[in-house]
Amino acid sequence: MMKVVEGSYAIADAVRCCSPDVVSVYPITPQTHIVEHLSEFVADGKLDCGYINVDSEFSSLSSLIGASAAGARTYTSTTSQGLALMFEVLYNVSGMRLPIVMTTVNRALSAPLSIWNDQQDALGARDSGWIQIYAENVQEAIDLTPQLYKISEDPKILTPSMSCMDGFILTHVYEPVEFLDEEKVREFLPPFRPEYVLDPKNPKTFGAFTDPSWFTEFKYLQHQAMQRSLEKIEEVSKEFEEVFGRGYGGLIDTYAMEDAEIVLVTMGSIIGTIKEAIDELRSEGVKVGLVKIRCYRPFPAEALKKALKDANVIAVIEKDVSMGYESALLTDLKGALYNSSIRTPIIGFAVGLGGRDVGIKHIRSMVEKASKVKDAGIESEFEIFEVKPECL
Amino acid sequence: MQESLFAPGHRACAGCGMPTAIKLVLDAAGPNTIVTSPTGCLEVTSTPFPESSWRVPWIHSLFENAAAVASGVEVALKKFRKTDINLLVIGGDGSTFDIGIGAISGMFDRGHRITYVCYDNEAYMNTGVQRSGSTPFCAKTTTTPTGKLSLGNPRPKKDMPAIAVAHKVPYVATASIAYPVDLRRKVKRSLKADGPAYIQISAPCITGWSFEAGDTIEQARLAVETCLWPLYEYVDGVLVGAKKVRRKRPVEDYLKTQGRYKHLFKAEGGAEVLAQIQAMADANAEKFGLLD
Repeated sequence: MMKVVEGSYAIADAVRCCSPDVVSVYPITPQTHIVEHLSEFVADGKLDCGYINVDSEFSSLSSLIGASAAGARTYTSTTSQGLALMFEVLYNVSGMRLPIVMTTVNRALSAPLSIWNDQQDALGARDSGWIQIYAENVQEAIDLTPQLYKISEDPKILTPSMSCMDGFILTHVYEPVEFLDEEKVREFLPPFRPEYVLDPKNPKTFGAFTDPSWFTEFKYLQHQAMQRSLEKIEEVSKEFEEVFGRGYGGLIDTYAMEDAEIVLVTMGSIIGTIKEAIDELRSEGVKVGLVKIRCYRPFPAEALKKALKDANVIAVIEKDVSMGYESALLTDLKGALYNSSIRTPIIGFAVGLGGRDVGIKHIRSMVEKASKVKDAGIESEFEIFEVKPECL
Repeated sequence: MQESLFAPGHRACAGCGMPTAIKLVLDAAGPNTIVTSPTGCLEVTSTPFPESSWRVPWIHSLFENAAAVASGVEVALKKFRKTDINLLVIGGDGSTFDIGIGAISGMFDRGHRITYVCYDNEAYMNTGVQRSGSTPFCAKTTTTPTGKLSLGNPRPKKDMPAIAVAHKVPYVATASIAYPVDLRRKVKRSLKADGPAYIQISAPCITGWSFEAGDTIEQARLAVETCLWPLYEYVDGVLVGAKKVRRKRPVEDYLKTQGRYKHLFKAEGGAEVLAQIQAMADANAEKFGLLD
């Protein structure tokens, strides 16, 4: 049965269904409602877990290191400045191979201070060794939660993961969603039983330091686990669909791609708007399609090569900028295609920074720019979209 | 005698006070213990992969988060109904007094049942003797050097035990490797406390303090006998005891044996500083009732 709830409540409920042993929380807009709802579940006896009100996001993720090493299934959520404060801990978690799952509510990074959505925060954590999957809508974010535990906790993967969802747009929206069925989650997600835990009966050393004769091999093994997760993500996605009847396409998904000449590539909640714009444009005869990136790390290079092989022009639309170059997904995608036979021109747009609304008319304008590339060649490889000259 | 829970073969300097402190702490806590350590001398000298000196479970994450990591261990064990395990954090003064103090404050504030042990060697020794919040007044370090305009560290040592007491934690104590019976008793007592505990142990550093080889324990003893390192205990915020100093020695007896204070006996203004340090020792004797 569908129910209309706030996105944050829906996520909290999905976390509850995954039965975490330890949850660590710290308030930051627009993530706060998730942890408030979790604390209500604990207070009402609906979630039996250790619940830590920590002193910072740095401590929230740090406390989960201890909890996870002691054998606990763990959860926290954060956004923007909180994620930036965790930066050092992110690398530590993945290096220690602790399968922590975190919701990253996507929000701009200060300065200037902005509490609104873009994806600069998570993109900045691209290389931290965390699996990153972006949700298009609340339902997908709900359904991602048990999938991420299953992927991360696999003994062959043991890699932390973040479920990325756009701040306010998804966390604060009220829309009808299907809640997870607890019984089905139990069937889908086995209990967390790590091989090594902090146990006085079997004392082990966690977090030793290494000299140059070992460090490379640790990183090699970590990289291999990440690579293995590509397959695991697809597998778990299919399994989820079998049990729950809802599927999202694994690493990537496509929309209106049959005979598409102009292909938009993007991730996150903007996809809803893009699909509407595509429907409009298709009805007008414009052959435009969409490749939705669900999994950004590990990067689904092979899946993208396959999906993009027949495109005439590719336009990457994303909510981040690497100052002094271009946007991250654009760079990654160009890199993935460079040694392939695909020679399709690629352009990129940074949009929606600090919460600026992106509507159908904006998508149409980007498609129009892309359509000119086919005949006139690339005029601008990358642009920050619709900068207002009067504000400069 | 039982096998030490801190195995030999660690890489600490000959004459380092820290391993003595660790052995005494683990000896008191016993094998049913989990230790969390921040980055520092202890971590790098005891766990060069694939070796480890730890015969109890041990975890290290970062420099400034040991108290938070240990909090997570405690909450997880509580969830698993394993509440009989002793939980220790053992870290140096840099991580305790400075970079990790936020996480420690959180751990104290939330009331986790963890004993936080600081082995205090009064500077960042792992990186090569830089000033920390624990460095005493006018000690020379590589970031508070002596010079025409400097007599060393311009600030007094931060009163970390008082900060712990201000958090209303049930047990706070100072200890010294020169008083092993007292140290072990305090660790045992701390582990019975119904909540967080803080123990700060004087652990002289031979390279950072620059004293004669073989003098480590003597240095720690002199700190106590000069009243510069009072040994005391607070239970539920109340001072319940302090080790009496039978024969109070002048601070010079302690300072003159260490390279980090050498300038005070030569440079202009040194005599005034020595008088100031003596006044600090006298104030300690008065405050904690160290003399009969």
